[in-house]
Amino acid sequence: MSSDTITREQAYITYLLRLADDRLILGQRVSEWCGHGPVLEEDLALANMALDLIGHASALYGHAADIEGEGHDEDYFAYFRDDYEFTNLQLCELPKGDFAFTIARQFLFSSFSYFQYERLKKAKDEQFAGIIKKHLKEIKYHLRHSRDWVLRLGDGTEESHKRIQNAFDEIWMYVDELFYTDQIDELILADGNGADLISFKEEWKKLVEETLTEATLTVPDWDQFMMSGSRTGMHTEHLGHILAQMQFLRRSHPDADWK
Amino acid sequence: MSENNEKEWPLWEVFYQPKNGKPYEHAGSLHAADAENALQNARDVYARRNEGIGIWVVPSNQITASTPEDVGPFFDPASDKPYRHPQFYSVPRAVKKRS
Repeated sequence: MSSDTITREQAYITYLLRLADDRLILGQRVSEWCGHGPVLEEDLALANMALDLIGHASALYGHAADIEGEGHDEDYFAYFRDDYEFTNLQLCELPKGDFAFTIARQFLFSSFSYFQYERLKKAKDEQFAGIIKKHLKEIKYHLRHSRDWVLRLGDGTEESHKRIQNAFDEIWMYVDELFYTDQIDELILADGNGADLISFKEEWKKLVEETLTEATLTVPDWDQFMMSGSRTGMHTEHLGHILAQMQFLRRSHPDADWK
Repeated sequence: MSENNEKEWPLWEVFYQPKNGKPYEHAGSLHAADAENALQNARDVYARRNEGIGIWVVPSNQITASTPEDVGPFFDPASDKPYRHPQFYSVPRAVKKRS
């Protein structure tokens, strides 16, 4: 896509798909905990969160399909695109790791989403703003739940402290991408439907730093090497595997339904 | 809790309020590391289907309960005291009319 040819509509669809892809892929990842949670209660909490995220993705895909107007539905975007067409953050596709890794990622993603959705809820597109407002309530809960776990693990036992510190150290090189912006963001922002990511970067960093410090953890170096490219379809090797698992059944039986 | 459960989180009792003004009802119990964790777990375990508008969590070991042996002295004496029920009293006609 060159900057001269992209229409506002194409940009908006891309914008919605980026938001949706993050949530679908992370939801699929978190769902892997179902039946494997550390305790029954947390198993349910994680499964709830996974379902919330997939629900958020579904609504955004549906909205993108409406705008596109080519007869696609949310399933089309979820099941019939290949890895290079997915524009989710690499952060979301990384394997679930141990419980600490899942919590560290969830905290980083949910806190980012919180600030992002607080801005998106003022979108000019009323239908979009409605979707955002509805999901923001769930995001606030995800943030509260994951933040509490960061504190509990960090300030918990020697083992839990070590694990959550390792998790943040490992995931750190994927955080810079959260704030990636390009012409798509600029166009949508100019249309009054976007979130200005830079406007809350410092606030977000402050929340992360305060949480990690309260959890007696060391904040990794913000200036270390950072990954990039996911918004334009560059991914880690993990995305192909998760898509294979997620899309296999649908692609084998494209016309199957529940009736 | 027995000694071999030392690593298990403490047990909490969960109560939820179905509607404004209604009394809290017992929903069940769960394990949680602390009070905030118990509240969140209660939300995830017992309030997933729009069950209520408020949750209480209480450490199970903080509840003092009657025992089966208490049944006689606690409850039996009440069974032959029908005058403790409002229905025992006939309402004067004048009062009935007013209501």
